[in-house]
Amino acid sequence: MWGKLSWEAVPFHEPIVMVTSAVVAIAITGVLAWVVVKGHLHYIWKEWLSSVDHKRIGVMYVVLALVMLLRGFADAILMRSQQAVAMGSAGFLPPEHYNQVFSAHGTIMIFFVAMPFVIGLMNFAVPLQLGARDVAFPVLNSVGFWLTATGALLVNISLFIGEFARTGWLPYPPLSELAYSPGVGVDYYLWALQISGAGTLLSGVNLVTTVLKVRAPGMAYLHMPIFCWTTLASNLLIVAAFPILTATLAMLLLDRYLGFHFFTNEAGGNPMMFMNLIWAWGHPEVYILVLPAFGIFSEVFSTFSGKPLFGYRSMVAATMGICILSFMVWLHHFFTMGAGADVNAIFGIATMIIAVPTGVKIYNWLFTMYSGRVVFATPMLWALGFVVTFVVGGITGVLLAVPPADFVLHNSLFLVAHFHNVIIGGVLFGVFAGYEYWFPKAFGFRLHEGLGKAAFWFWIVGFYVAFMPLYALGLMGMTRRMQHYDVPEWQPWLLVAAGGAALIAIGVALQVVQLVWSIRHRGALRDVTGDPWNGRTLEWMTSSPPPMFNYAVMPNVEGLEAYWMRKQSALERQTLHPEPEYHDIHMPRNSSAGFICAFFAATMGFALIWHIWWLVVVAFVGAWAVFVVVAWRDEHEEAIPAATVARIDRANRTAREARLPTLGSAT
Amino acid sequence: MGISERRSRRAERHGIYVAWLRSALRWCALAPLPLLLTACHWAVLDPRGPVGQADRTILIDSLAIMLAIGLPTILATFAFAWWFRASNTRARYRPDWEFSGAIELVVWAIPAMVIILLGGVAWIGAHELDPAKPLSQREAPVEIQVISLDWKWLFIYPQEGVASVNQLVVPAGVPLRFSLTSASVWNVFFVPQLGSMIYTMNGMRTQMNLQADEPGTFRGLSAHFSGDGFSDMHFAVRAVRADEFAAWVKGTRGVGPTLDGTAYTALARQSTNLPPSTFGAVTPELFAQVVRQTLAPGSGPATDRGGAAEASEKGH
Repeated sequence: MWGKLSWEAVPFHEPIVMVTSAVVAIAITGVLAWVVVKGHLHYIWKEWLSSVDHKRIGVMYVVLALVMLLRGFADAILMRSQQAVAMGSAGFLPPEHYNQVFSAHGTIMIFFVAMPFVIGLMNFAVPLQLGARDVAFPVLNSVGFWLTATGALLVNISLFIGEFARTGWLPYPPLSELAYSPGVGVDYYLWALQISGAGTLLSGVNLVTTVLKVRAPGMAYLHMPIFCWTTLASNLLIVAAFPILTATLAMLLLDRYLGFHFFTNEAGGNPMMFMNLIWAWGHPEVYILVLPAFGIFSEVFSTFSGKPLFGYRSMVAATMGICILSFMVWLHHFFTMGAGADVNAIFGIATMIIAVPTGVKIYNWLFTMYSGRVVFATPMLWALGFVVTFVVGGITGVLLAVPPADFVLHNSLFLVAHFHNVIIGGVLFGVFAGYEYWFPKAFGFRLHEGLGKAAFWFWIVGFYVAFMPLYALGLMGMTRRMQHYDVPEWQPWLLVAAGGAALIAIGVALQVVQLVWSIRHRGALRDVTGDPWNGRTLEWMTSSPPPMFNYAVMPNVEGLEAYWMRKQSALERQTLHPEPEYHDIHMPRNSSAGFICAFFAATMGFALIWHIWWLVVVAFVGAWAVFVVVAWRDEHEEAIPAATVARIDRANRTAREARLPTLGSAT
Repeated sequence: MGISERRSRRAERHGIYVAWLRSALRWCALAPLPLLLTACHWAVLDPRGPVGQADRTILIDSLAIMLAIGLPTILATFAFAWWFRASNTRARYRPDWEFSGAIELVVWAIPAMVIILLGGVAWIGAHELDPAKPLSQREAPVEIQVISLDWKWLFIYPQEGVASVNQLVVPAGVPLRFSLTSASVWNVFFVPQLGSMIYTMNGMRTQMNLQADEPGTFRGLSAHFSGDGFSDMHFAVRAVRADEFAAWVKGTRGVGPTLDGTAYTALARQSTNLPPSTFGAVTPELFAQVVRQTLAPGSGPATDRGGAAEASEKGH
């Protein structure tokens, strides 16, 4: 009846897991009880869970990412403390637990923190920047988000029921094959990623279509803000690369469930092909994450330097160049497999070539500051921290691209330090900058500056204290994923690294405090103008939070920095543009399809993991039925009357008019 | 002139460089950690063979080239951000300055030229240090066959007809030619002080050429995660004088068990922390049988298919 599932699957004998389970259970029950008792359930369902508004979905992606960041960071703390104490001893985490922790850490941080964070920010900001009312496919957008959330849910369930993969964040066969990993851990990994990967692909298709097809009148490609360009590049990569991931994981699933031999040792299977395919997805994935971050930094440098982005066309060329080159370098992840000198050398050089457009971007950001008026607001601090950190990460990255250097550093802690250097310094700093930058746009009030800056300083100092020792350890010959070791010289460095993790923990805590404090004091932090940073791109033209329809009338774009030009002409004349004529606006209706689909997908994933076949069938039929019902829906738009549009827009115009005189003196 | 000689000459030329970098790294370690200042813990920076020395030379050359462009960039970041801060009234504000063809030319050209230079380093390095390339044309290498098992290392000396587990004894000053494979899951054979690493994979044979210049004991380990016993997959490499090596072979041959198919299958079962041991005789072609899979791949854990509970009997 219940397949492989039994009470033995719950790890009662592991106190760390059981205490965590209890705390999480209490927290979830508490939040649910609060929502129900306070009567917010209807509001949350109607305005958020079933919303197809790209801004709401973007916010939900970011919330998912922030929650999962706490989970992934808890794993990081466990690893750093285990390695700090496990010199010549077993430490406090046995191998079968420690191996799950580092596998979960990597999986969560990439798939359920970095991905939803960048997709959330793109979802939120890009339609606004394009002067659009919504994304191309609003319901699909909701489905994509909920499938991603489903994957995150399955990964977290694995903590309490069964186990997670013990194979690393990329489950290399033959270790991940049934013969060597007979437990459910790898199955949790595979189904969680298949489901969330489908969600990511839908989101990628949606955003590519949005950038290509849903733009305001006059928004030519070379009038688009640079963040839209990086979004386009990133989502083209998603559309091209995620099917590879899905196909590769599907082959491993066939091996594990139906006795196929794609990647097994025997019967003609070839595990090297898994490594080849997974990195054909995996390397573009790095750029899927970092390109949107580059876009955010471009917006931030320009806004907080009071200047247009330097070398815009050069930046567009660099972005698209990286987009193409990122597909040509995957082999550098396995130089040490013995591919031969020509192959290694060609892929090493291809890898270095990516450093050229990336370097160009760095210099263009520097020259954006040059002759500017640099304001050190929190987003700008993240951006400056990024440039310094990313240059260090880039240097070590190019180093690893030289095959003979990689021959002694591959899979060492030097490598671990390198990719944290670029993913934390590049992607995470980028999404934090974006979070600070667009928060007032999303909610109508700013985040507390002082707490934000304090969080930044703890993060960046903590980062260097935590990861510079790892470079040293790599040069000392320490390889990654060690549950214990017996080289006394390594321990002091690991203790320092653990101290760095503690500093980062303070940074994370300050970010939580910042959010809570800012929500409680939102009255004092209110921004009524919708343009708190003296912005340049279209999203700052509308109110904060923007109305459901984004713009009362479609903006007419005549060049780069559409809003800046409009603002300058208004400043010159000291009067707003004349009030437009308002019309009814048709917006897509809410749809619960995403949420219900995700419910069935989660059930189906869980049933597949535990071989509960009847439940698989029931859940699949359920998901299919939802699809059919949605497809046959007749009414999918509703009209917002012109009077409502006018009322909302006039309120914003009044606030902007009041600010006009003061804004003039500021620029 | 042998390749190893050329390499050591080049390594010498970079000696000052290396010393400088090493001392810089040590200064980074700060005073409270004097323990770290003792030699030979910087395995990768303290190589004891021609391959490791050449790897290090390329590592440090490449780092120097990258620092030459990276450090000024970092300094410029601070300088630009500070000088053009909003409160600095002396800085000139040009709110519309957004393009300069000359600057664009320079910012594309500088990284491109650096990469052309480094690309040359990578091309030559990848060819000179290809793991499969013999170290010397004249000297016949000592053949060693390496098999990674769950979770220990087996070293077979086909010319000498002996084998050892979890310890590798090699003659110093002689080229070593490794053929490698795995009994089950993948590992990476890595002796940081000797240089390059390489994967071991079941059903496949990889090749690697290394050499220890002087007698000494080095740490070897696996660089690719291979399951619950992974952390214990390390071994000592004892490089000894040629006569000592001959004596070791002589003392080992004919003593103790024979490594045949049965012994191999027993050894392939999952276990951790096996003490170093030797085999006095080896069935010919055993390594080839593993590569050809006529000796079946090692089995995994006991086939309890439940959840986490299954792990209790392993490792610690």
